[in-house]
Amino acid sequence: MQIHLESRARVLGDDVNTDYIIASTRKKESLDPQVLKQYLFEALDPLFAESVKANDILVAGKNFGCGSAMEIAVTVLLAAGIKAVVAPSFARTFYRNAINNGLIPVECDTSGIKEGNGVSIKLTEASVSVSNTTTGQELIGNPFPAIMLEILQAGGLVPYFRTHQDFIVRSA
Amino acid sequence: MAGKTISEKILSAKSQRDAHAGDLVICDVDYAMATDGSAPMAIDYFEQMGGRVLDPQRVVFVMDHYSSGAHQTTLALQQKMREFARQHGIAVHEVGEGISHQLMLETGRTRPGGLLVGADSHSVTGGALNAFATGVGSSDLAATLICGRIWLKVPQTIKVVLDGSLAEGVYAKDVALALAEMLGADGAAYQTLEFHGPGTAAMEIDDRIVLSNFSVEMGAKAGIFPADSRTFDYLAKRTTERSEPVAPDVDAHYGREVVLDVSKLEPRVARPHAVDNVSTVRGALGTPIQMVYIGTCTGGRVSDFHQTLSILEAAGRIAPGVQLVVTPASREVENELQQDGTLEKLRELGATITVPGCGSCCGTAGPIPADGVNVLSTANRNFKARMGNAKAFIYLASPAACAAAAVTGRLTDPRDLMS
Repeated sequence: MQIHLESRARVLGDDVNTDYIIASTRKKESLDPQVLKQYLFEALDPLFAESVKANDILVAGKNFGCGSAMEIAVTVLLAAGIKAVVAPSFARTFYRNAINNGLIPVECDTSGIKEGNGVSIKLTEASVSVSNTTTGQELIGNPFPAIMLEILQAGGLVPYFRTHQDFIVRSA
Repeated sequence: MAGKTISEKILSAKSQRDAHAGDLVICDVDYAMATDGSAPMAIDYFEQMGGRVLDPQRVVFVMDHYSSGAHQTTLALQQKMREFARQHGIAVHEVGEGISHQLMLETGRTRPGGLLVGADSHSVTGGALNAFATGVGSSDLAATLICGRIWLKVPQTIKVVLDGSLAEGVYAKDVALALAEMLGADGAAYQTLEFHGPGTAAMEIDDRIVLSNFSVEMGAKAGIFPADSRTFDYLAKRTTERSEPVAPDVDAHYGREVVLDVSKLEPRVARPHAVDNVSTVRGALGTPIQMVYIGTCTGGRVSDFHQTLSILEAAGRIAPGVQLVVTPASREVENELQQDGTLEKLRELGATITVPGCGSCCGTAGPIPADGVNVLSTANRNFKARMGNAKAFIYLASPAACAAAAVTGRLTDPRDLMS
């Protein structure tokens, strides 16, 4: 497996909760991520939704995706064209939901990445590397546990389960 | 090798292997729960995965997030749940029966040594009864419907030792807020909080529920109490099923130990817009409060409303200009409050009493604060827009502190109204 993403950074702060990604009250209107994406990050930055571009890479502070375990927080990001989030740490429910839907959550130090910087993410079975193409800074991301890599490789939990109908752990 | 924590023991038993913190295990799940906030998406994932429900007896659907009078969209989602549950033989708790986390305790499904996953972050509440209970998303829940299992990384554990006993006017919610202040909103990320010490043993189950419930606000995967006579008394009324209480080994390895002398605690408040933005109530005295919300999976049980009523009755009124909204966590709670006269008295004092469920907490099933309003709530989250209005300001405190604010119209130390 080799995944390479390169785009511009959209920088967010610490402890961005899932209600900030998409407010739970919006779920009253629709669960369709294509509809909900117009409200992306509305409580944090009302202009975000119109300025987001396909392939933008979210670069956040610690504890990204805390709060509610609602999975639309992931599917709405994907609908807006975001394929990866880089943060020093994630809330565990967001992290699992991201992998299950094929959104790549990369754990690494993001303190040197500024709004609009170029970011490149390279992912293989053995390593996760992130570089700031604007400053030349190279960062090492935390590797994914084996089962997460397999789910990610399968394209998410739906294709994984279509094949296996169970969770499979290969002995290390 | 060092001994095991409660989490290591439960996850070893459920995965049938010798599991330690950091190991990745696949575990048999005792109960999988989803709400109207998560089940509709889980059904979509399930259908795309193309499986069947392995054991419907181990699945529970609860309609707690949306009221019956909501939008057509949410009514359709609830109808989709009912239809799926009927097809597959899954138990449904209808709108008005209560909050999923409360029902998982009341119905005897949460038992010592059990493993429960819920498609809602506050599923950690089940730890109050010595179970490993954790939140997942809709896709993981769908997978568990199919295979009856879940993969988990065995978490490290933070041992939380509560010393002393709570002083008058100070409650479990103040302990929870003090821990959030100490550890921060991610201080227990990927870890279990395991509660010990004399302060823990002295706590009623209602109070333990508050701490387990709030553990996810520090990022925890689980918040677990040991089982004791209070646990078994609670269960005796609710289930005849055998439980397997789990205690940690004496030489269990903890990643960190936190000691808190609860006898020295003062009432606390989390200020907008973060759960760990905590100060003492004294430090924020006088902040005007226009809406008071007493309910939710953190603070909507019988003892919470008794504390509320005692403060309101002593004062004999709710301050003019304050809207007091009360939501029992379940119908069982509501019935008990009805029978002992609490609801009637709250109503006479001017409280608005709403249908058991998530209510106003996440802005989906109850009154919503107006622009510029400061809300004081017994809930567990105060994120901007959480209650359905980004222009409101949410403060979190104990039911007693909430009642005190309802009396005065401003943030008030409940001890000042109790002598």
